[in-house]
Amino acid sequence: MSKRTFRIWRGDAEGGEFEEYTVEVGPGMVVLDAIHRVQAEHASDLAVRWNCKAGKCGSCSMEIDGMPKLGCMTRLGDYPESHTITIQPLKTFPLIKDLVTDVSWNFAQNKRIKPLQPKPRDADGEHRMQQEDVDRIQEFRKCIECYLCQDTCHVLRDHDRKDAFVGPRFMIRVGQLAMHPLDTEDRIPAIKEELGSGYCNITRCCTEVCPEHINITDNGIIPLKERVVDRYYDPIKMLLRKVRGA
Amino acid sequence: MSELVQIRVGGHQTGLGATCRVDDWKTGPTATFLGLSFFIVYATWAGLQGAHYYAGPYLSPLYSPVVWTKLGVPGAAPLEHALLGEWPAWWPALIPATPAALILIFPGSFRFTCYYYRKAYYRAFGMTPPGCAVGALPQSQYKGETALLIFQNLHRYALYFAILFIFILYYDAALAFSKDGEFGFGVGTLVLLINPTLLAGYTFGCHSWRHLIGGGLNLHSKSPLRHSLWKMATVLNERHMLFAWLSLFWVGFTDFYVRMVSMGVITDLNTWS
Repeated sequence: MSKRTFRIWRGDAEGGEFEEYTVEVGPGMVVLDAIHRVQAEHASDLAVRWNCKAGKCGSCSMEIDGMPKLGCMTRLGDYPESHTITIQPLKTFPLIKDLVTDVSWNFAQNKRIKPLQPKPRDADGEHRMQQEDVDRIQEFRKCIECYLCQDTCHVLRDHDRKDAFVGPRFMIRVGQLAMHPLDTEDRIPAIKEELGSGYCNITRCCTEVCPEHINITDNGIIPLKERVVDRYYDPIKMLLRKVRGA
Repeated sequence: MSELVQIRVGGHQTGLGATCRVDDWKTGPTATFLGLSFFIVYATWAGLQGAHYYAGPYLSPLYSPVVWTKLGVPGAAPLEHALLGEWPAWWPALIPATPAALILIFPGSFRFTCYYYRKAYYRAFGMTPPGCAVGALPQSQYKGETALLIFQNLHRYALYFAILFIFILYYDAALAFSKDGEFGFGVGTLVLLINPTLLAGYTFGCHSWRHLIGGGLNLHSKSPLRHSLWKMATVLNERHMLFAWLSLFWVGFTDFYVRMVSMGVITDLNTWS
């Protein structure tokens, strides 16, 4: 066991400050373990959201030394022993208290996406899909909704264009539906206009912070942007559609 | 900390470059800035020379295909290498008479609108953002690629030309196996052969190519050929950044090699001499 110092943001929407806490840490401990020790030994009123401690619930999203990460998946051993680790709440969402933010804006975005509109069932009453048709979208289903991608997306984080862009989490949510082999809904107009695919300038930070290693940019957002190009920007495809009367 | 940087609720800094990150996040965008700047400066300089781009049988990729050639210029392509013959007399004196000026727009536009390079220069040059969780360049009303940058949506048209250029550069490499009618090869032949190979690795890993070849389908099971091509494109797409840089470096190096041989600075090792 050794001692380690943490610089943790304490405060609410009215203001606050960093406070330093020194606690004993051991091998294998993660940042969330250290926060719990701070709660137990120094600050029982320290607010932190957490649940599974296994990187699967997406609750303990925070910024550790400035990078959006899951507290339960960030090992203390990854940082030099003498280094003071800075822990902050997510920047992109309104602060409630200490390390807890109000992420309900994300729930509202989810409601804007129309659910799956499946094609009619086969004669025997079954829906059938081939594995190669769903391989792509299964990647998106790994999402644990930690909103680290939303937090790091500069469109939301720095430019505060929550009015124009739903963010990477919901681009892959709509991508999962738009690429679904059974879906019949025409989602391209919504992807362009309502969900704001053009606001993403594909700088890939969402992909870099994803704890599930979902290739959000290359497999989700860019394919959707290309589908938007098919519909709205490719003059040859537009002409062919006119000729075919489609 | 810059005077423009402010601390707000949550302890977050705001303003360009503001961050609590303590890791080495600046190295990536700095290296990108230097690498791209160096290539742009070199390619512009080399393209404006209009000379020493040909050292029989090697042709610089910055000049291929040669539309017109200016005879009498040292290291210019011979007449039979020019698609339309000798440089036209009507060419305005104000515009540099260099074959590179006629073709560089095509590979240039492919790289400029490439999804990988967009990430690279939006970070390194545009600072939107310079790094993940690092303050972006403040803008009164961020519009992304919906306004001024809307032309990025035509990347696939630049792709069509880029594919054509792969065949042209392989043709140049094939010509580099023959000098004065005699079969042979040299270091320059290998250099010219590697160039379109790396470019093919880059071009066929393109996101637009991946979409057009199969990514736009939802029912891959109904189009096994397109599904196979899409999977191949995916393998290259996962290495798109690697091929983007390797091919960019090799294009510059190939021009440099041909230029040095043409100027007599280095001697090409080959089977002809």
